[in-house]
Amino acid sequence: METLERIIAEHPFFAGFESHFPNLLTGCASNARFDEDTYIFKEGEEANDFYLIRAGRVAVEIFAPQRKPIMVATLGEGEILGWSWLLPPYHRKFHARAIEPVRAIALDGKCLRTKCEQNHDLGYEMLKRFALILEQRLEATRFQLLDVYAVR
Amino acid sequence: MTTMAAAPKIDPMLPQQYSVREVVKETADTFTLTLESSNGTAADRFHPGQFSMLWVFGVGELPISISGDPAQHHRLVYTVRSVGQATYALVSCEVGDGIGVRGPFGTGWPVEQAHGRDVLVVAGGIGLAPLRPVIYEVLHNREKYGRLVILYGARSPRDLLYRKELTAWARQPDTQVLVSVDYGGLSWRGHVGVVTTLLKFARLQPPRSVAMVCGPEIMMRFVARDLETHGLARENIYLSMERNMKCAVGFCGHCQYGPHFICKDGPIFSYDRLRPLLEEYEL
Repeated sequence: METLERIIAEHPFFAGFESHFPNLLTGCASNARFDEDTYIFKEGEEANDFYLIRAGRVAVEIFAPQRKPIMVATLGEGEILGWSWLLPPYHRKFHARAIEPVRAIALDGKCLRTKCEQNHDLGYEMLKRFALILEQRLEATRFQLLDVYAVR
Repeated sequence: MTTMAAAPKIDPMLPQQYSVREVVKETADTFTLTLESSNGTAADRFHPGQFSMLWVFGVGELPISISGDPAQHHRLVYTVRSVGQATYALVSCEVGDGIGVRGPFGTGWPVEQAHGRDVLVVAGGIGLAPLRPVIYEVLHNREKYGRLVILYGARSPRDLLYRKELTAWARQPDTQVLVSVDYGGLSWRGHVGVVTTLLKFARLQPPRSVAMVCGPEIMMRFVARDLETHGLARENIYLSMERNMKCAVGFCGHCQYGPHFICKDGPIFSYDRLRPLLEEYEL
C-alpha cells in the first residue's frame, strides 16, 4: 500500500528533497478527491492548503462579471495547484475547477507555515521550489500574452 | 545536419501547371489544397519539410510548405492560412482551377538522422502543416523510430488543424499526442496553456531524442530553450525558419538571414546553427 510519505517523496515537486523532509510534511497531508465539474476553491476564499495533483486535470479560471469564467490554464498529473497559502494575506486569487475526476494530496498550509517557521531549512527549500513554479507560470503567462498565433 | 534536397529535374524558375483536385476547410481561415499535375506527369519526390512556390495567376507567387504524405508524391498537398491578398486568392481556388508550381525547394527535416531515436514534434498554429509529412514518414516506417511525441499548441479549440488525424495519431502504438490551446472555452476539456507547458507530460528520453519544431519564430525560441532545459542537445533540435522567399534558389537574396539563404540553406536548421542569430534584434 502506498503511504502518504512515499507519495509525497515520489511527487516530481519534491524530487531531490532531503530524505527527512517528506516525513515532516506527512503530518500536514491528506488524500483528496474531486468529482468532475466541482470547484476545488474559489477566488477570495482563505488559502489554507495546496494540492499535489496525482491524476486528473484542473482548470484555473478567472471570474469576470457578466461573462463566463475565463480558463487561463490547466494543471495536470505531477503539478502543483495553489500557492496563495504561502504569501499573505493567504487568499485565493483564482477559481480552480476539476474538469476531470481529480486525485490529489492536500497539504495544510497553516500547518506547513508553522513547520517552515520552525525549520528554516525546510522553509527555504519550499520557497525555492515554489519560486521556480511561480517563475515558470509567469513566463508561460507572458508567452500566452504575446498571442503568437494571431494574424499580424 | 539536415538532408539536402534533390535538384529539380527542370528549370527551377519555370512553374509547372497543376490543377486543384480538392479543397478542405480546416478552420475559419485555413484550407488544405490538393493539387495534381495538369499534364499527368508525376511531381518530383519531396522530402518532409520542403516547400514549393505556388503561383496564383494574376495575383502572385507564394512559398508554401508541403503538408502531404511523402509516400503519395503524385499529389501535392498544401495547408494555407488566408492572411493577405495572395493567400486569400489561393484558399479561394476551386476544384479544377489552375496553379503554377515550382519546386520542391529547400532542406528537409532530419528524418533519416532520427532513425533509432525518439521523435519529438512541436508545432504551433499552422506550424503543424510542415511537420505533418514527418508524422506520416514516422508512422509509415514505425520500426525505424523510437517513440513519436507530438506536442501541438493553437490559439483556441477553433484553430486546431487536422482534428481527426490528431485523434487517429494518438491511437497509434508508441505515439503520444498532446494538444494545448492558449484560450479554452468552458466546454474545452483539454489542456490550456502555451505549448511549452506540455513538455513536462512528454514521455520520451531526451538524450536519445530528435526534436522538430515549427511555429512562429518567438514560439520556437521559447520551445528550443525549454527543450535544452529538458536535456535535448542543441544539435538535435531543428527549427523551420520563414523569411520573404522569392526566387527559392538562392539567387535574389530576399530571404537572407545572417550568412544563410532560408530558401536554399533552409528552411530547416539545427538550433546550434541558429541560436546566435535568433538573438539578433534586427535579423
